[in-house]
Formats: sequence, C-alpha cells, structure tokens
Amino acid sequence: MGKGVLAFAEQVDGSFRKIAYEVVSEARRLADILQGPLTAVVMGSGVEEIAAELKAYGVDCIVIADDAALTDYTTEAYTRVLSGIVKDKAPEIILLGASTRGKDLAARLAAHLDAGLAMDCIALSLDNSALHATRPMFGGKILADVVIEKAPKIAALRPNVAEVTEASGAGELEKAPVEVGQTKTRVVEKKVETTGVVDLTEADIVVSGGRGMGGADFSVIEALAQELGAAVGASRSAVDEGWRPHSDQVGQTGKVVSPSLYIACGISGAIQHLAGMGSSKYIVAINKDPEAPIFKKADYGIVEDLFKVVPAITAEIKKLKG
Amino acid sequence: MDIVVLLKQVPDTEATIQIQEDGRTIKTQDIKWVINPYDEYAVEEALRIKESQGEGKVTILTVGHDRAVEAMRTALAMGADEGILIDDPAIDTFDGLGIARILAAAIYEISYDLIIAGMRAVDDDSYLVPTAVAEFLEIPSVSMVVRQEISDGKIRCERMVEGGTVVVEADLPAVFTTQKGINEPRYASLPGIMKAKKKKLEKKNLADIGLEAAQLSETGANTRVARLSFPPERQPGKMVEGETPEEKAAELVRLLREEAKVI
Ligand SMILES: Cc1cc2nc3c(=O)[nH]c(=O)nc-3n(C[C@H](O)[C@H](O)[C@H](O)COP(=O)(O)OP(=O)(O)OC[C@H]3O[C@@H](n4cnc5c(N)ncnc54)[C@H](O)[C@@H]3O)c2cc1C
Ligand SMILES: Nc1ncnc2c1ncn2[C@@H]1O[C@H](COP(=O)(O)O)[C@@H](O)[C@H]1O
Repeated sequence: MGKGVLAFAEQVDGSFRKIAYEVVSEARRLADILQGPLTAVVMGSGVEEIAAELKAYGVDCIVIADDAALTDYTTEAYTRVLSGIVKDKAPEIILLGASTRGKDLAARLAAHLDAGLAMDCIALSLDNSALHATRPMFGGKILADVVIEKAPKIAALRPNVAEVTEASGAGELEKAPVEVGQTKTRVVEKKVETTGVVDLTEADIVVSGGRGMGGADFSVIEALAQELGAAVGASRSAVDEGWRPHSDQVGQTGKVVSPSLYIACGISGAIQHLAGMGSSKYIVAINKDPEAPIFKKADYGIVEDLFKVVPAITAEIKKLKG
Repeated sequence: MDIVVLLKQVPDTEATIQIQEDGRTIKTQDIKWVINPYDEYAVEEALRIKESQGEGKVTILTVGHDRAVEAMRTALAMGADEGILIDDPAIDTFDGLGIARILAAAIYEISYDLIIAGMRAVDDDSYLVPTAVAEFLEIPSVSMVVRQEISDGKIRCERMVEGGTVVVEADLPAVFTTQKGINEPRYASLPGIMKAKKKKLEKKNLADIGLEAAQLSETGANTRVARLSFPPERQPGKMVEGETPEEKAAELVRLLREEAKVI
C-alpha cells in the first residue's frame, strides 16, 4: 500500500475515546486528499469486537493489535507494537489524538522513527505532499504553521477541534502480530473513574470556578455542570487554595480545553488562564466586577454575584428540559 | 543517586510575544526570561530525592544560548550541584527531536541514575523532548508524574491520565516528566544565591559532545516553522442585561440556545 494515512484509534477499557472518532475522521479527510488508503490501528486486549465500529468512519483497513501485554497503556509496549505496524504499512501520515496517552505515544514514536512531529494541532492541511500543521505555541499567544516534508509525518490532534464524520469504507479487519517481549515498565495500579465523568479536555461544555467561589464548596457549579452534561474546571487560584484537585486546573500550567462552551464563574481572566481556554468556541463570563478583564474575551458576559445567577441558570435549563 | 534535570529557559508567561520581520521567529529582546515552570518542579523533585537519600548529585542540563545561564544559576541557587550548558549557533535550526538528540549525546558522557524534566515547555508546548531523550538513551520514560517513589533500583510514578491516575513502575535509569501538583518549588535563599556563583557551570558546543553540526543538519530538524501568526483576537461580546439574576439567567440561556446554538 503505502502513501496512505494511519490513524491511532485510542480505546480505554473496551470503548473508544471521543478523540478516536475525531482522529479517524480527520485522517479520512487527509487520505482523500492524498488519494491513499486509511488504516486505523486499535490496540489493547479483547478489542476485536469494538474495532469493527470504525467501519462507519470510512476506514479501509482496521489493524488490530490484541494482546494481554497491551491491556494497560505503557509507552514502551505501545511504541514497540505501533512502530512495527508503521513499518509494515509505510504510511505517509500518522495521526494520533493529543490526549495524555496520545501525546506520550506520539513523542516516543517520533523519536523511534526519526520522524517529524507536530504536537497538539488545531488544523491540518496538505500542500502537495508536505503536511502543514497549525499549532498553538506560547500558551496560545502564537499560532505556528509547522511543515513536515519527510514521511512518515506525525501529527497529534487536539481534542474537540476536528469534526466526526461518518463515511463508508471496506473496513477489512487485519490482525497484527504482537511481540512485546521484555519490558522495563509496567502498570501496577489504576485509580481511574470511568463511569459518568466527562473528561475536561474532551468535554463539549466546561463550567469553571475561580477565586470568586470563595471556598471549596463548588456545588452551584457542579449542579450546573450536571444539568449541561459538562465537566468542571478551575482557575489556578482555586487549585492553589486547595479547593479543587490539580487535574481540574485550566490554563498555561494546567489543561488546555477547546469546548464549544466555556462558562467562567468568578474568574478574572488572567493571561495564563486564557491560555487554557481561549480557543473555546463560546465563552460566557460571570463576574460581579464589571471591569474584570475576562469580559473582554467573553461572547456573553453577566455582571452579577455568581451564587445568585448560576443557580438561576441551572433552574432555567431544567425548566427547558421539562 | 545522580540526577540530571533537563531545564529550559522560556519567556515569562506574562510576556507579550512579538513576531520577527522574518515571520518565522519571535523577537527575543525585551522579554523577561524564566525557568520553564514545569522544570522548577523537576529541580525541586531532584533536590528532594537527593535530600531524602542523603547523597547524590543534581546536574542541570540546558541546550540554549548564553542568557540561559541565568535560569541555570537560579536552579543552582535552589540547591543543584552543577550545570552544563550546550550552546551552539547551530541549535537555532533544530526542532524538538534535534534538541533531544543533543541532550541525549550530552547525557551519554555523564553518569546518571535518573533524568527529570518538565512535561512541557511553555514556549513551544511540544510535550516531546524528554520522552525522545529516553528513546535515544534506550531507557524507560513516564510522563506527567504527580508523585514518585524510588526503591530497589525501580521508580514508581503516579501519572495523570484522563479521569484519574495510573501508577507505573519502571526500572532505573529512567526519565520522568513533572506535572503540576508534584511539589511546591522552593525559593532560592540568599546564601544559596551566593553559593551558586561558585558552583561549576560548564559551557560546551556540539563538537565538544561529539556531535558535528553538519552531520546533525540532516537529523536536526524534520519539522520547520513556515510562519508564525497571531490567533484571531477574541472580540468582547454582549453583556447580558436584566433586572434580576433570574432575568439575566433566562436571557443567557435564550442566547445560548437561539444565537450560539450550543445548548
Ligand atoms: C507561571 C504562572 C502560571 C500560571 N498558570 C495558570 C494556569 O494554568 N491557570 C490559571 O487559571 N492561572 C494561572 N496562573 C495564575 C494567574 O496569573 C491568575 O493569578 C489566576 O488565574 C487568577 O485566578 P482567579 O481568576 O480565580 O482569581 P482572581 O484573579 O482573584 O479573580 C477572582 C474573580 O472573582 C470575582 N468574584 C469574586 N466573588 C465573586 C462572586 N461572588 N460572584 C462573581 N464573581 C466574583 C472577582 O471580581 C474576580 O474577578 C499562573 C501564574 C503564573 C505566574
Ligand atoms: N533546550 C532544552 N534544554 C534543556 N531541556 C529542555 C530543552 N527543551 C526542552 N527541554 C526539557 O523538555 C521538557 C519538555 O519540553 P518540550 O518537549 O519542548 O515541551 C522541558 O520542560 C524541559 O525539561
């Protein structure tokens, strides 16, 4: 084959992450431009059944690497197996999601293959065979147009920027030989909640609280988030006060999110916070100070005490849902 | 235990970034330079490991230009033992993978049990260099670590993943990268600053560590920046009006449904 696109479809505990569909859809778009085949790679153990799901996204070939040694993600085992598949398929472009796992894997794979990598991209295009990746730098203050000419070209796609599109494809299933062998790393414990929680980086709506929350009681925000099916985030101040875990922090030294709606409650809008949420499609700011800088970046602003208006918004949405 | 900390000097997160006339690089004058925030955690964690074990050496390794000495001295003032700066005019054309090759070559010459780095540099935001260094040195890497524990030649790293954390055990030597939450970095004390002035800070170029710029020019960069631009400025939008919180809430929800169509 060759000249095609290879998409890493990330699954965890037997279901694809949202980013997997985004990556496969974007890879299909690039494969169409290249007029090459799209191969999706599914790695894990007991993943054969879910792999077939990808047929609905225009995949020509689905490579399954199924092995007990791949049950949990480790950089070493995944790089070893994925690079084997890459050598076999010789793709022009390799696309992964810029999730925690995807970023880690993309980095090690790029080094292993001596390949150009554009991390955390928000747009991809092709100019003849050169891959152009648009990626934020300096906490989103700058956008870089990064060019990769030599194959394989690796890009990791930021969650929530590509559209998921269905398409028809042959979706031929193929089993890859898996030989992990001796490794120097192993997962010894997992403390992961998989049920019901929307991850901050993948959430379509994020409701965040800052120092204006005045304490660790985030119940007004949690109630709104629950009504919207949203994830809860926080400013660094709220995290540093110990009100929220570090994993909730949005910003230049926290998570970067690109939801379609970001609701900032009691957050002033410091440059480091904007670095983490400035690429959201719509921003709502709720702050009692009409001079708060966040209003300059918000699509909709409400000057009000958050403890009064947030419950009112929750009630309003409840009312709509009936 | 001998620990190498990969430390990068970056523009302060408050800094206004401007684009050079060439359209591909940023203006470096008038910028306040600092230690990459994640690398401060790396320095702190290295010092804590050294202190808890009561022995060992912490080496600060940087690829950068002369101004990076300031960031390195700050790390030495925090308590690190010595620094190595790899400075060469050729490095400006290198991408993250190329920088990782230089770092790996420099580390090759020193003895180490552990390498600690930041999970990302807040200038290029690549999340790439430390993991690539580990690949070149053929040792394990664990990224985004919020807690670690060392015993019997192994390190247990609790790393952040979506929805929680996972504990990964790796044989030493290994590389791990720091995530916020791992520690609170100390400030350099005045005696620390005085002592740092006398600590060894070696400067080397590529030839000194056995790399030739010419030989590296092929592998120094697989990517190139064609153009830098500013993202579209977000324009201030509408202030949602209303007499009461309830009225404002109702108007916001209406706008989100009918105008933005996001709920
Ligand atoms: C190196 C570095 C990295 C950083 N990284 C990050 C990062 O990743 N993320 C981040 O968020 N910050 C980061 N910061 C910190 C950042 O500079 C700000 O200090 C922080 O974002 C402020 O948080 P805040 O808006 O919650 O608090 P404040 O700035 O104190 O704002 C609180 C706001 O709440 C409003 N308010 C108070 N009470 C109410 C109420 N009842 N109803 C409505 N509004 C109310 C106030 O009017 C005020 O505007 C970083 C700083 C540095 C130096
Ligand atoms: N030029 C450099 N010199 C030393 N360490 C670096 C350099 N570039 C990156 N690093 C290390 O790699 C980490 C991640 O950087 P990056 O991959 O560029 O996002 C940083 O936090 C540093 O620890």
